Amino acid sequence: MAQAPALPRGFELPLKQRLPRIGSIDQVAVEARAGELAKRSIKKEAKVWALELAIRCTDLTTLEGQDTPGKVAALCSKAIRPDPGDPNVPSVAAVCVYPNLVPTAKERLAGSGVKVASVATAFPSGQSPLDVKLRDVQDAVAMGADEIDMVIDRGAFLSGRYAKVFDEIVQVKEACGDAHLKVILEVTELGTYDNVRRASLLAMAAGADFIKTSTGKLPGAATLPVQLVMLEAIRDVHEETGRKVGMKAAGGIRAAKNAIQYLVQVHETVGPDWLTPDLYRIGASSLLNDILMQLRKEKTGAYQSKDYFTND
Amino acid sequence: MSRLPVKKTYKLYIGGAFPRSESGRTYEAQGQNVARASRKDVRDAVVAARAAQPKWAAATAYNRGQVLYRIAEMMEARVPEFAELCSGKDEVHRSVDRWVWYAGFADKLAQVLGSSNPVAGPYFNFTIPEPTGVVGIVSPDEPPLLGLVSRIAPALTGGNAVVALASEARPLAAIELAEAVATSDVPGGVVNLLTGHRSELAPWLASHMDVNAIDLTGADGLRTDLELAAAENVKRVIVGKPDSQSLYEISSFLELKTVWHPIGT
Repeated sequence: MAQAPALPRGFELPLKQRLPRIGSIDQVAVEARAGELAKRSIKKEAKVWALELAIRCTDLTTLEGQDTPGKVAALCSKAIRPDPGDPNVPSVAAVCVYPNLVPTAKERLAGSGVKVASVATAFPSGQSPLDVKLRDVQDAVAMGADEIDMVIDRGAFLSGRYAKVFDEIVQVKEACGDAHLKVILEVTELGTYDNVRRASLLAMAAGADFIKTSTGKLPGAATLPVQLVMLEAIRDVHEETGRKVGMKAAGGIRAAKNAIQYLVQVHETVGPDWLTPDLYRIGASSLLNDILMQLRKEKTGAYQSKDYFTND
Repeated sequence: MSRLPVKKTYKLYIGGAFPRSESGRTYEAQGQNVARASRKDVRDAVVAARAAQPKWAAATAYNRGQVLYRIAEMMEARVPEFAELCSGKDEVHRSVDRWVWYAGFADKLAQVLGSSNPVAGPYFNFTIPEPTGVVGIVSPDEPPLLGLVSRIAPALTGGNAVVALASEARPLAAIELAEAVATSDVPGGVVNLLTGHRSELAPWLASHMDVNAIDLTGADGLRTDLELAAAENVKRVIVGKPDSQSLYEISSFLELKTVWHPIGT
């Protein structure tokens, strides 16, 4: 096996001992394993359980330039009670919006148990000075965000300035205070599985509560092999330090069937402990309706139509 | 020179492609092994029909007529093959003529079924026909070709997409028809043809929430149950005749939209 390249200087992490092993992802094996796990057949009661879990783990997301308080309000209603016709369907985990819409979401979700997540740090590019990013985070937290989804500076990461990326995460984590920090790696821009693993370990070492695949702004975002690489990094950190870091898959998960494949992978890689909204999230918008349709299909026995489900 | 026989596999027609049943099953009919569709094939066919319907409805009426006429052209070229699979040449000729008749109505039905209505107010009030959407068709067992054509042609003429269950006992003509449709510029998904056991498939079609109308002409003893299932999303239920040709066959697959357009006092 090829010797993985050593990391550059200035990369001083608590996980230093592991670092030489970073960058030795077997691409063929990862894709084969992800493909195998995707073939599991989950039916009937198990399917209903998995679908409800997927809802409980969903970060219902809207990140558009055209988002309005009205749209976010509607999204919040849906987050609290996804299927107005069936009170047994659980609420989602959180609503994910831009910082300016945090107050609206906070107000609408008050008392519901659904959290408010906000993207910050010059989302989605992350190409802004650090003080701007920190201010972005502080403002979002001050407006009531329970969770912050930050982006890493891919420009710095890809040019080898890992220390800069690391420092930024540390400072953002500090700025978050009590809010949970999810670190978006934007895997599409990282290019290789090696980089995904390296960025995952770096983010976890810097204090991330969650690591997240993508912004959702690029095509080909979350994929099963990418999640597997990230979960294995999470597992390794857990085995070494006992710390449990969460995983969030976001971008491109639109079908209930796919959501179940992601959950199976979590179960098989890091174990059932992670099958909770505290440690696993799916960032999605159109996925929720497909899950609701599948649930109602299981309940009524008839195939469903989009016509009978709300558009956000 | 002796040749190896080229044997035909009788398959389904879903979304413009000819897949085997998702279940891999077949059943024997007319001395052949024919694909036996499953409920998941019904599901896939409805998804394909739903995706294809808006574009078919948005095509100009003239263009729809041309495409339907093209089906007649394609069938005309295969009369002997069709004749072997149904009651004979006479049935094939009548089926071809039926396409031609409905093709001609594609750009005329709005004039005949639509209207401008006198109202006592400052409105121009008019009514126009619109397609219902996705139509499920349980086609009659007999006649195997003419019965199927008589049921799907009027639905297509009005701009609907169809998912049709072929004659259970004599499905081969339906598969031959699918091949004519596939070479006729009918967009993939507008016509979907399934072969298999009617009692197994029809309930899934009747209860499917994304099917807007269902034709139970061939439902026989299943009719009451299917009508009950269809009531869940208030499907338009049609029970027509296996061999009829009428403007009202088209209108039974249409909805009438009435517009109150304000004009000056």
